[in-house]
Amino acid sequence: MKRFLPLVALALGILYLASSLRPADNPSDFDVNEFGQLPVLINGRIKPMDTVARTTLLMIQSRQRVMTEEGDPLTPVEWLLDTLYNAPKADTHPVFRIDSLEVLELMEIDEEKRRIRYDSTFARGMAIMGFLPSSRSRFAFNELQPRMTELQRQAELAEPIEAAVRTPYQRAVVSLMQHLVVYHRLKHSLVMPERENFFGDLTRFQDIIVPGIAAVRAREAGENFNEAAAVAVLESARLFDFMNNVGSLLAIPPDATNSDDTAWEKTGGSLLASFETGFVNPNAMAYAGLGFAWRQGHHEEFNTILGLYRDQIAKRFDRHLTKSNAEVRFNQAAPFYTSMNLYVLAFLLGAFSWLRWPDILARSAFYLMALAWVATTAGIVMRMWLEGRPPVTNFYSSALFVGWGAVGLCLVLERIYKNGVGSVTAGMIGFCALLIAHHLSLSGDTLEMMRAVLDSNFWLATHVIVITIGYSATFLAGFLGIVYILRGLFTRSLDRDTSDSLNRMVYGIVCFATLFSLVGTILGGIWADQSWGRFWGWDPKENGALLIVIWNAIILHARWGGLVRTRGLMTLAIGGNIITAWSWFGTNMLGVGLHSYGFMDAAFWWLTAFVASQLFIMSLAAIPLNRWRSFRTPA
Amino acid sequence: MSDIWNQSLKLFISLKLTIVLLALSMVLIFAATLDQVNLGIWAVQEKYFRTFIVLWDIRGIPVPVFPGGYFIGGLLLTNLLVSHIYRFKLSWRKSGIFLIHIGLIVLLIGELLTGIMQREFQMRLDEGETKNYSESFLHNELAIVDITDPEWSDVVAIPERRLAKGDALQHAQLPFQVIARAYFPNASVEMRERMEPEAATASAPMMATQGTGTQIGVIPMAMTYKPNERNLPAAYVELLGPEGTLGTWLVTPMLRAPQSFNFQGRTFQISLRFTRQYKPYSITLLEFSHDRYPGTEIPKNFSSRIRLTEPEASVDREVLIYMNNPLRHDGLTFYQAGFDNNDTTSILQIVRNPGWLLPYVSCILMTAGLLLQFGFHLLGFVSKRRKAATAAADALPATAR
Repeated sequence: MKRFLPLVALALGILYLASSLRPADNPSDFDVNEFGQLPVLINGRIKPMDTVARTTLLMIQSRQRVMTEEGDPLTPVEWLLDTLYNAPKADTHPVFRIDSLEVLELMEIDEEKRRIRYDSTFARGMAIMGFLPSSRSRFAFNELQPRMTELQRQAELAEPIEAAVRTPYQRAVVSLMQHLVVYHRLKHSLVMPERENFFGDLTRFQDIIVPGIAAVRAREAGENFNEAAAVAVLESARLFDFMNNVGSLLAIPPDATNSDDTAWEKTGGSLLASFETGFVNPNAMAYAGLGFAWRQGHHEEFNTILGLYRDQIAKRFDRHLTKSNAEVRFNQAAPFYTSMNLYVLAFLLGAFSWLRWPDILARSAFYLMALAWVATTAGIVMRMWLEGRPPVTNFYSSALFVGWGAVGLCLVLERIYKNGVGSVTAGMIGFCALLIAHHLSLSGDTLEMMRAVLDSNFWLATHVIVITIGYSATFLAGFLGIVYILRGLFTRSLDRDTSDSLNRMVYGIVCFATLFSLVGTILGGIWADQSWGRFWGWDPKENGALLIVIWNAIILHARWGGLVRTRGLMTLAIGGNIITAWSWFGTNMLGVGLHSYGFMDAAFWWLTAFVASQLFIMSLAAIPLNRWRSFRTPA
Repeated sequence: MSDIWNQSLKLFISLKLTIVLLALSMVLIFAATLDQVNLGIWAVQEKYFRTFIVLWDIRGIPVPVFPGGYFIGGLLLTNLLVSHIYRFKLSWRKSGIFLIHIGLIVLLIGELLTGIMQREFQMRLDEGETKNYSESFLHNELAIVDITDPEWSDVVAIPERRLAKGDALQHAQLPFQVIARAYFPNASVEMRERMEPEAATASAPMMATQGTGTQIGVIPMAMTYKPNERNLPAAYVELLGPEGTLGTWLVTPMLRAPQSFNFQGRTFQISLRFTRQYKPYSITLLEFSHDRYPGTEIPKNFSSRIRLTEPEASVDREVLIYMNNPLRHDGLTFYQAGFDNNDTTSILQIVRNPGWLLPYVSCILMTAGLLLQFGFHLLGFVSKRRKAATAAADALPATAR
């Protein structure tokens, strides 16, 4: 029976993973999922509405789930539909996250307004004890509206200041303003939000285009003209022009005469074109029709128009539709989220295996870790297919890949040593890497376009991959070091065998890390020589990579020279965590150099905290061995 | 004598020295990285890496604080070489380590060569413009050009740092002495009549007696070290002939055209300009393009279509320089570095690096070495485990019985 328990754990894991792949049901009679699959062009990439909804929500409120005022959940696409089509309602959804107390004060949202009122006494009790939030951090557009002018003034004051030297208040003001702009632009992307019935407007406009243009021409020529028609078309032109300037989605696909597949247009732009063609763009009309049906609550009409529009664009954009359907499924399955949970489980089971039932638990942990790794791999491969790029293209994907690489190495270690160490370390690193990735995803769509100099798949596939694996391995050695020290110091479970095997693991991984970081660094130099004519420029990122190489070299030489034994090796390996974290994140925070493509400010404190924690663990290693629980001589 | 020799030899071949030097180099690199925020990448290279001692300016006094790049690198090189001569015995098992270290030596020497010999220049071209020289983006020169003969011009170029010293300069080809009366390493200029009162008070005392400089005010500014800005100097230069002064001119790269004057029947032009390097060939910018991703401002590519002509070498061809695809010609690398003027001006960066091949050699040596070395380790590890596994398998039935 015992032999089957790990397999049961594996089966449960697979079941969990499979359940995330199930397509989501529509929350109402509206075919919201189908709408989520419609492709639009934004930020240089054709992507589904679903991705637009999710990335916007992550950006403005740090999560994808939306809760209405009444406490009902909305899917991201439902929220997007309200924003695009039903502005009065969308303005009541609390989706703007404000953490800064100063900004809350600026917006005149006091504690009273923030307090959450729970109906049940139990919930109130939980809130008092801190298990449920007692105040809101997300606010609706309507709540911010009264102080908009002042916010704008504050943002204008803060914007000329360089991002790196803004105060936290200025940063918060600028970011809230940016979020409101994103929202404002979405609202004007498909219809004019102030118009009660934009679809009706367009149908009427269709009837008056030709006489209207004639009237305007006649007026310019000084002849008799139909005043009402002239005024009406000019008014429409003004609206469309406004939409074209403000709207953000390029939702209207290029027409048959344009062979460029990327020549998508904004709704406003395509409507302005009707003055030349004499008829309203049918795609813009379809989007307006969808809006009318959504706002009026006519689900049959909505679903019919949706089907027609989809069939219409499928003729030319079939390939894009396939991709955007897949992307929606990928968004819904959220493989990285699933993996995160599995990593936590693997960590717990692995750690517990050192106390009880070593075989069963270690094996179960191994299976779950492998499963999580497979899910991450699938996610990364999916992203590569969507983007048409090697796996690491920006900060976000580097976090995914660092975790992936380290866990991959852990799988090998655990296969060899079968003592749970690999699973526990994998659980830690996998979880941390995905957590970092999640926080990096809050800045917008993570499938970005590559800026000019990075637009080289060859170097992205060689230098970037190799150097990122170098990061993985250095981190892995460091985390193994942490396992050694914490386990030896605080538990009795670190016996001689485990200690020896950890020693060999760390040594092997440091060798591996040296190889990859050295080769990766030199490849980077060659890339620099190929594109800039110089091998080495002492750029912060280059220096960071060099520091990793030198540190690993120091570890190896210190071991070969007999200057350190197991404990010293572990301490040095943990030092590698600091160096790698600096090279990976710290150098970008300097805001100088050719590689400063991902400037982040909030991350600075996390980096400091991480470095401090590593130094602390390193100092723990200095405690004399006879005080360590595992090595204490029995009294 | 031999005792000292042995002891110093022992020091130089010791692994501890290696580790100490590596650790010192990490400190150096880290400090240099941080200091880039203040000094910019060029000044940092000079201050930390291309020097024996790092000097920090403490209240105006340069204080040596740390060994510099040449010092640490030099010692590492010595340590490596001496260890290989005296300690290492070449064997198959050590061949990997040997290769890695040889590669490292090549890399260090390559970086030393680069430090000494690498030069970087820029070429700024408007669409349709042709140039046969590149310009330094760090240094400036005072150019006095004899243009009396319309067919020929005689150029005397005086480096900026000579102006900074302020001593009288006599050049064999010039019939007068050149004296910098005032020199500002970074400044801005403005027409005197249009100056705001605050700017007028901040401006330097007017010394110009000749040329356009008489109507222009100079406002000294702090030096900038930002990577995307350059210092624009200004100087008041007096020319002193045998019979007394010719006058004082304001010279600065901010004045577009050189100023002309006549002396002893010859016509001269004087200007302070970006240090030039003339080439035997010329480059014409035919077209610059800046592609963006659809519907965004994100740059997808920058490219310059140029015509390269060198009549003496029978070269006359069109070349497209774009991201990750520079032009290599005449031992130089021309790469797309920037653009200006609403995408009608292209800025090419030009690098001369005679040691460019060494890193490639080093890369091959080190990779081969690492693979060999860790390959041996892995093989050893696997065979050891296999032995252990067989031993365990043998032992198992015995206990089971």
